[in-house]
Amino acid sequence: MSPYAFQDAPLHDREAPRPRLLARVHLDAPLLLGLLAVAAIGLVVLYSASLQDLESVIRQGTRLGLGFVVLIVLAQVPPTLLRTWTPALYAIGNLLLVAVLLVGDHSMGAQRWLDLGFVRFQPSEIMKIAVPLMLAWHFADKQLPPRVPHLLVGAVIAGVPFVLIAKQPDLGTGLVVFSAGLFALFLGGMSWKIIFGLIAAIAAVAPVFWEYGMREYQRQRVRTLFDPEADPLGAGYHIIQSKIAIGSGGLYGKGWLNGTQSHLEFLPESHTDFILGTFAEEFGLIGVCILLVLYFLIVARALRLAAGAGDTYGRIAGGTLALVFFFYAFVNTGMVSGILPVVGVPLPLVSYGGTSLVTIMAGFGILMSLHFHRRRVGH
Amino acid sequence: MKRSPSSPSRKLRASPGSWTTNRRKLVLGLFALAALGIVARAVYLQLIDTEFLQGQGDERFLRSVEVPAHRGMITDRHGEPLAVSSPVDSVWAHPPTLLANRERLPELARLLGMTPSELEAKVLSREKKEFMYLRRALEPDAAARIQVRAIPGVFLQREYRRFYPSAEVTSHLLGFTDIDDDGQEGIELAWNSTLQGVPGEKRVIRDRYGHTVDEVESVREPQPGRTVTLSIDRRIQYIAYRAVKAAMLEHGAAAATAVVLDVQTGEVLAMVNQPGTNPNDRGAIRGDLLRNRALTDVYEPGSVMKPFTVAMGLESGRFRPDTPISTSPGHMSVGRYTVRDTHNYGLIDVTRVIVKSSNVGATKIALALPAERLWDLFRKLGFGRTSGIGFPGEQGGWLAHYSRWSTISHANQSFGYGISMTPLQLARAYAALASGGVIRPVSLVKLDRAPEGERILSEATVRKLMPMMEAVVSRDGTAIQASVAGYRVAGKTGTVHKIVGRGYAKNNYYSVFAGFAPVSKPRLAMVVIVDDPKDKSYYGGLVAAPVFSKVMAGALRVMNVPPDNIVDPRLTPARPVMASTTAPAAAPATAKRERP
Repeated sequence: MSPYAFQDAPLHDREAPRPRLLARVHLDAPLLLGLLAVAAIGLVVLYSASLQDLESVIRQGTRLGLGFVVLIVLAQVPPTLLRTWTPALYAIGNLLLVAVLLVGDHSMGAQRWLDLGFVRFQPSEIMKIAVPLMLAWHFADKQLPPRVPHLLVGAVIAGVPFVLIAKQPDLGTGLVVFSAGLFALFLGGMSWKIIFGLIAAIAAVAPVFWEYGMREYQRQRVRTLFDPEADPLGAGYHIIQSKIAIGSGGLYGKGWLNGTQSHLEFLPESHTDFILGTFAEEFGLIGVCILLVLYFLIVARALRLAAGAGDTYGRIAGGTLALVFFFYAFVNTGMVSGILPVVGVPLPLVSYGGTSLVTIMAGFGILMSLHFHRRRVGH
Repeated sequence: MKRSPSSPSRKLRASPGSWTTNRRKLVLGLFALAALGIVARAVYLQLIDTEFLQGQGDERFLRSVEVPAHRGMITDRHGEPLAVSSPVDSVWAHPPTLLANRERLPELARLLGMTPSELEAKVLSREKKEFMYLRRALEPDAAARIQVRAIPGVFLQREYRRFYPSAEVTSHLLGFTDIDDDGQEGIELAWNSTLQGVPGEKRVIRDRYGHTVDEVESVREPQPGRTVTLSIDRRIQYIAYRAVKAAMLEHGAAAATAVVLDVQTGEVLAMVNQPGTNPNDRGAIRGDLLRNRALTDVYEPGSVMKPFTVAMGLESGRFRPDTPISTSPGHMSVGRYTVRDTHNYGLIDVTRVIVKSSNVGATKIALALPAERLWDLFRKLGFGRTSGIGFPGEQGGWLAHYSRWSTISHANQSFGYGISMTPLQLARAYAALASGGVIRPVSLVKLDRAPEGERILSEATVRKLMPMMEAVVSRDGTAIQASVAGYRVAGKTGTVHKIVGRGYAKNNYYSVFAGFAPVSKPRLAMVVIVDDPKDKSYYGGLVAAPVFSKVMAGALRVMNVPPDNIVDPRLTPARPVMASTTAPAAAPATAKRERP
């Protein structure tokens, strides 16, 4: 559980002079195992949450497979190549975001999707990877800790996509992307003075943002967080129902397929954003703890891998990707359990849905590439 | 966050290689805190607050629902069903789900008997709603065809629907139930608590859309409603319906009513009204079409009141059937008013006052009697108050207290003006005459035994009165068309000017006939009122009497009443009707003498 346990555990590349089979193809076994474990839990819960619709499970399983393929392929891409293409990826991502605003598909009241004819996807997802990479690229050849002008450039790099995504509007993804920027700046070594200055600035700007930057429904969600019973059938419905679902689980849960709140459709989004409610009702507190521990282990391991990257670019990029993953998990679990506002972020690897899944796998693929290629280069 | 800002930054400067590690640890630490926060939240929800939340969760899907009780039947006196509740299914939809499966709409539309575009428009109009009825009260087999298609977002709901096998024939009497099978009018309303039964209760598991997923337990079995057995005889009702409807159409009348009473028990054997409508077609239900005029509308009875006036005259001892009364010159002054006859009947006896329906004669008899005596009889006959039959909207009519009678109203009431009553009240009064002067309560439900009656006229009076009324139904009287082959019929016609505004209409009438049969041992009393016949033959004897004849003939046959007059009076018109009665033969002789 402690992050230091990982540090003490011998890494295979230290023990063995020759890399093991998986390491030879640039894959990290513990991380892969953690991802597979969470993904497996995801499929099991999905079967229950989708009202035992095997078809949904197979579809999600296929996406998982695709995600692992992306992970394996990206793990083979040398970081140098990745670094070279980073600005291009970032630029294309921004262009796509602009395109979404101009010609995107409407769905659920927001313009998030881009239909390329053969595939529909959310360009904002690309930015969850592109922004960390671009910031890493930006800081890699700068003196660290970075000076203020460089930090400002970094802020712009994170800010532009945030604004574009928030305009869709998709505040949840926007915040994830923006947090990626903050993590990169933090890992880049931004001084604490600036960090606290920023926190103070955010605190000062927050009321202004509340008034002008947020839409009414977003404000409503924050208000609802503090008093869901004020509008139990409207804005508070999601939070109340998910709290009931989680609470109904108790210590041991009602058992797989025995959840009532999701099966009787009282829990909204019971197989997508609020799948944690389904899980918690059926597997109880024990299940929730196991899942959280798995997430924590994944992040700890990912940070460990990032720390072992060959260069600053790798360390910042890898670390940021790992932190984004945890941020994801934290925002979702926080929102489902009612301690964060409802912002529409999926539970990574568990929620039903393809784009976010593939993005996460791609991030871990890049992370593994950054780690293992260093060693090869080093030899 | 709580860490002093100085220490890590010093480390940063000191060792550029280690700051990433330190910051990584810091971040990991922070995230561990975040994870702990989530765990703490989960502990709170799942250990501490779990009971409350579980209760809340159960409340959301465990519902206590009412199990509708089967509504009791309404039958006629022989148990023939007049109103039955049969199970039907209502089709409802969850519009968002249904619209997500648009390709199923055409198929569903066909099953519901709509066009696809109609259905789509209907569902789109409730696009954002969670519930809408697509069709209520579908026959079970049609609903089953929809169920097997398993169209997403389409559900069935079991309900009961009332059917009236006799449709329009009994519509005014039975009333109807609303969509929730609650009585709204007529017997359905009056006997609602009996018919309704006690709904049961069961606990079910329901999903968010109210769709019952599973039944957990039955808390209380529903108690089906009880059957209400009416006094109505469906066959007589049907005969009356046909005759009344035919008469209304034939004469272009505005409305028509007939009531048949069992003389010996006071039970209503038939009660029909026109116009009517089919109560099975909810869309066709309109208050004016379903009004049970026999109970809810009051009429001035007109000449059918004369037998009561004469009865009082006979009872007083001041008149005998052969007491001569001068009606010359066909009218008489009462104060500033004039009472008129249609012809000048000259000097006639009391019998012929009835037979010829002389207003002047009735007036002379009435004015010879104290107002109080007449009023007392009318009161005992049940006029001016409801019959107590317990029917929603029943009227009691109008009978002024004798202390407020002027001479002209005293006179008018003797031939049926200035007093009003429902057809049922009139029929009840005639049944009292038919039963030899004993009035009985009336009933719409079947009685086990005849209720106690109250004698209001002496038998001797009625025995004298009956031949007069029988003479009305003769070649010589006003209502030969009321006669029934094989039976002796007694009755009285009425042709009443309708009230329009503050006065009487010149050319709008009620045609009335009230009577009973068979005279030797009366079994049935009946009233027929035809409202505003449009053709020239508006007289009660021409419009209402034939209806009486048809219905009475049918009813007597249905009830197996033995004939008491095997010789058809119509074939032997010369035969004095009086000969068959106990009344002195002098009456017709007097009349003959008076004829020109």
